[in-house]
Formats: sequence, C-alpha cells, structure tokens
Amino acid sequence: MKIAVLVKQTFDTEAKIILDVNGKISSSGVSLIMNPYDEFAVEEGLRIKEKEGGEVTVISVGGQQAQDALRQALAMGADKAVLVDQGEAELDEYATATILAKAISDLEYDLILGGFRAIDDGSAQVAGRVAEILNIPVVNVVTGLEIEGGKAVATRETESGSEVLEVPLPAVITAQKGLNEPRYPSMKGIMKAKKKPMDKKTLADLGLDDGKISAKVKALSFSLPEPRKAGKVIPGEAAEAARELARLLREEAKVI
Amino acid sequence: MAHWLFTEEHELVRKTVRNWVEKEIKPYVEEWENAGEFPRELFARAGELGFLGLTYPEEYGGSGEDYLAGAVFFEEMARCGSAGVAAGLGASMAIAGPQIYKFGSEELKNRFLPPTISGKKIGALAITEPNAGSDVASIQTTARNMGDHYLVNGSKIFITNGVRADYVVTAVKTDPAAGHKGISLLVIEKGTPGFTVAKKLDKLGWNTSDTGELVFEDCRVPGENLVGRENMGFYYIMQNFAWERLVMALEAVASAQLAIDVAAEYARQRVQFGRPLSKFQVTRHKLADMASLVETARCLTYHALSLYVSGRDAVTEVAMAKLYACEIANRVTDEAVQIHGGYGYMMEYPVQRFWRDARIGTIGGGTSDIMKQVIAGRLIK
Ligand SMILES: Cc1cc2nc3c(=O)[nH]c(=O)nc-3n(C[C@H](O)[C@H](O)[C@H](O)COP(=O)(O)OP(=O)(O)OC[C@H]3O[C@@H](n4cnc5c(N)ncnc54)[C@H](O)[C@@H]3O)c2cc1C
Repeated sequence: MKIAVLVKQTFDTEAKIILDVNGKISSSGVSLIMNPYDEFAVEEGLRIKEKEGGEVTVISVGGQQAQDALRQALAMGADKAVLVDQGEAELDEYATATILAKAISDLEYDLILGGFRAIDDGSAQVAGRVAEILNIPVVNVVTGLEIEGGKAVATRETESGSEVLEVPLPAVITAQKGLNEPRYPSMKGIMKAKKKPMDKKTLADLGLDDGKISAKVKALSFSLPEPRKAGKVIPGEAAEAARELARLLREEAKVI
Repeated sequence: MAHWLFTEEHELVRKTVRNWVEKEIKPYVEEWENAGEFPRELFARAGELGFLGLTYPEEYGGSGEDYLAGAVFFEEMARCGSAGVAAGLGASMAIAGPQIYKFGSEELKNRFLPPTISGKKIGALAITEPNAGSDVASIQTTARNMGDHYLVNGSKIFITNGVRADYVVTAVKTDPAAGHKGISLLVIEKGTPGFTVAKKLDKLGWNTSDTGELVFEDCRVPGENLVGRENMGFYYIMQNFAWERLVMALEAVASAQLAIDVAAEYARQRVQFGRPLSKFQVTRHKLADMASLVETARCLTYHALSLYVSGRDAVTEVAMAKLYACEIANRVTDEAVQIHGGYGYMMEYPVQRFWRDARIGTIGGGTSDIMKQVIAGRLIK
C-alpha cells in the first residue's frame, strides 16, 4: 500500500495573530506546528502501513520552515518526504492543490490522506481539489477508516448521525478529529529523521511556472476581531445581583 | 528563537516533550502534589516515549548519548510547574543510571540500563547520610568484603526515589581508614535482605517526588554489584556531579522563567489604584530585573553545557552555573510571590510552589557554599 499524506505547517494554536505594517498577517516570532488535522492523517497512514505493509510519503508545499512538519512526520515513522518550494509565488487553494497534485502524480499511490482543513486559513478545499485534479474519489471529514481489498470504507459524521461510505482506491480521505490519537515522534525517530530521504523540488522541477498556478483568489485585506471588553462583576446579595444581571442583559447587552 | 546550541532535532525533541507535558503531566500536577508523589507508571510512559534514553546509546535502548537532548528534556519538564516530577525521573535517568553506564561492568549495564531507560525499573543514588552531607568523604556506611559478597551496614538520608527505587546505587566505605579513597559504589536491589526503607520524608517542596531514609543491616550484596573498581567511588561520584549540577541549573532557569511568566500575567490582570499592576513602573522594573537575571543565568548555564558536551573541562563553569542559576531562582520566585501579594501566599496559586520547589536548588547536589569552594579551589591554586 503506497500512501501519500498531505501536510501543512501552520501557526501554533496558541499563537497571537498580529498584522504587520502592510496589513498582512505577521509570522515573525510565531511558533509553528504541523496542522493538527494533518497529524491525524499522518497517524492514520502509519497505522495502515503497520497493518498492510507499504510506504508512507509525506508531501508539503512551503519554504524552509515546512521542513519541520515533514521531519516530525518522518520522526513519527513516515518513510520519505517531498517538499515543493513555491518560491515567491502567492498561493491560493487552487494553486496549492495544483502543485500537490502534480507532485503526487510523479509518485505511485493507492491512498492519499490529508487533514480536512488547516487551522490557519480553514478553507477546507485543498484535499478535495487534489482529488478533483487527479480524478479520483474523495471522502471528507472522516472519523473511521478501514482498507480492504482495494477499497476504502470510511465513516464520516453528519449533522444527524454518521454515514459509512465505500470508495475504490486510489482515493483521497480527509481526517477529522476523532479518527485516531496521533503518536508522539519517537526519540530514535527524531535522531534519524535527517537520514530519511527528503526530496526538495521547485515549481520548475514539476514543470510548473507562475502562470500555471497563478492564484484565482486574492486576499484584499485582513482585520483582527474587536478586542474583548473587560468583564463586569456585579456585587451584592445573590438575589439582588441576579436581578441586576438580568436588567443589564436586557437593557445594555440586549441579549434577552 | 532557538538557541544556537540546539539543532533541529533538539527542537523537535523540545516540541514533543512540551506537548507531552501539556497533555499528560500539567493536568495532573495538583493531584500528584496532594498525593505526595507522581504515579510510578510515569517512568514507564517516559521510557516508552524514549525520554529516559536520550542520554544513552542504542545498545541499551537509548537514542544516542545526546546530552543536549537530555538538557532540552529537563528544561521542558520544568515547565510542568512541579519540580518534583523532573526530580524523580532525573534521579533515575540522570543520577543513578550514569554511574552504572559510565563505570559499571558490562554485566551490570545489561542488567540495569535497559530497564532504567524503559522506565520499568526506578533507580536512586544514595550518598548522603545523617552525619555526612557536604562532606562526602566522611560517610560511615561500611561494606565488608566477604569474598563473593559485601556485608553492608549503615543508613542513608534524603534519597530521591529512595522509597520506591528498584535499585539504589549506594556509596559505602570499603576502606574506612582511607577517607575519600576508601569509598565504593554498590548497586543494592530492593528486596535484598537487610535493606529497608525506614521512612518517606515530609518536605517543603519537590512534593511529587519521594524522598526516603534507607537502612542497611548486615545487608548481603553480591560482589558483582560493585560499580567499577573498589575504592574508586568518590572519583565516580565527582565525575557525574557535572551532569547532575547542569540539570539542576537548567531546571532552575526554566522554573524561574515560569515564575516570571505567571507574575507578568498576574500583573496584567490585577488592578489596584485604578490600573493594572503591570502599568506601575515599580512592577515593570521588577519584572525587567527578574528577566535579566534569568537571561544571565541561562547564558552561563548554556555556556557550561556547551563546554560539557564538547568534552572540555567544565568543572568551574558548571559550578558557577549551578551556584548562580539556583541562587537567582530563589530570588526570582520570591519576587514572583511578592508581585502576587496575598494571593501569592495562598496554596491556590501555583507561584507558591515555584518558590518552595526552587529552595532545594542551593542545597541539593552540593550547596552554594560547596559550589563556591569548588570555584575558589580552581581559582586559588
Ligand atoms: C529534597 C532533597 C533530595 C535529595 N536527594 C538526594 C539524593 O538523591 N541522594 C543523595 O545522596 N543526597 C540527596 N540529598 C542530600 C543533599 O545532597 C544534601 O542535603 C546536601 O549535600 C547538603 O548536605 P547536608 O544536608 O548534610 O548539609 P550540611 O553539609 O550539613 O550543610 C549545612 C550548611 O553548612 C554549609 N557548609 C557545609 N560545609 C561547609 C564548608 N566546608 N564551608 C562552608 N559552608 C559549609 C552548607 O553549605 C550548608 O549551608 C537530597 C536533599 C534534599 C533536601
């Protein structure tokens, strides 16, 4: 079983977002992590490999920093990594998916896994677009996955319950929280991660250029949410305070 | 920003340990503090994840003899806010284990290192006695060589992991007349007839680690449990002090940093005279002083660490780092309590624990006075 896992390096969930002088999101001083949903995907890939045999390749689009996420996946047990450096190109979901699909089509694959969304832009588009470009089925937001005889049986949660779907392989499956509990990278794995192959490519290596991936969506501006106002403590006896609270909720906050 | 001393691999170790501490230690710290120890299973968990093997080669189950990775582990452990956890894991991994690894026979290594590294066995190092603390050479526990075994008599006090250790690397006098040249190390296993744990001691801090008083009465220890050569024990102990003291300095810096973080956060939230404390220049300057002290201690500690890992003579710098980092950890955690006012004195706020836990730093692993003795000894020939 040849498994490809799409991995993105994102801001830490604890990161404080600030805008730089140009109104863009500033990444200086922010610590980066592997997108948590991609961690589920890597874990699932490793579990399938451990059961069925095969090989797990992790793939990312990004600069030097994206290497950290790939190395983490290698330290968890992935076999090799592919990193495509997009250089100066501005990426949107279309561009990223185009690059990933091109990189994957150079590999042998039976199964493609990815997080259902990245916690930074949260667009939840890339994996689906990759499936579309490669012309293979996709099952999104999966919380259970079985591989049997050239098919994937995936469980996904719906608003009213869950559904079980069967798709022929190769297919793209995107991971939702609950699919598994990702392992920690092993210490031996970390020390050896650098010895595992990491194939670094440029857009030109993939036969792509800025024209073929020019973004279809452009962010016009970013703005931060209004800062939260300080809370209010209502002093006094419980009954009186509750009455005052109800009055404020009705008259000031206008929520009841 | 990562310090130049550490590689990409070390930063990945850091991230992994941090994640583990966040998920599997921090949420339970209060419970373990109240219970007076962390669960024994934590050794096995830390072993399973490879943390206890960071400073040991693969042949015994480690991931390579990487002291920088070990340093990262202890720095991150300190962030759990209960210093006893690292003290317990460290006494086994960084204090007892290295004596066997560096000086023990191949047979001893094969018996004790793999289970120490996997966390299935807990180790302790017992030097201190009721009548012998700073003056290590004056220990009174004796071991009579009976041919195929030693007969051990005496007692040990303040031994970290002493209560639940599966084996205790014990300093004994094999030649009572020879002072420091008459000390040997014996590995004494739990359950050896004549070896008992007299009691678990109540402490000011480090409450998640157990500290015990041990008694040996005609305790028969097999001859093959001798570490290295007879009467070389003092030399062996001094050798590993460098690593133990570095670990203490690293933990002191990391704990002091934690105290600054909570104090700064508290200062932002606490309003008096119509303003948060963090707007008062006095508080701001106090925090700036605290941060500068900690940064100085960190630089000195990293310098000593870099000398140590490069294999150069690091005795003076390690003693300086231990002395300085532990002294300023007392000061900084004390100021952090002060910034919290009365709330800092309440058990509900963790800052009191940082202050209590820090207090051992200038006492254990060689007191500040002894560090000065080491430094002066190098200075004045
Ligand atoms: C929580 C805890 C855990 C410990 N864990 C272990 C362990 O796992 N294994 C172990 O073997 N020991 C352990 N110890 C013991 C520790 O190493 C000793 O407490 C320490 O070495 C000091 O010895 P002492 O307590 O006998 O003090 P003493 O040596 O009696 O010192 C008392 C005071 O006199 C000062 N002093 C002593 N000699 C001189 C001198 N020549 N010049 C100037 N001042 C001097 C000291 O600095 C100190 O201030 C632990 C202690 C504690 C509190």
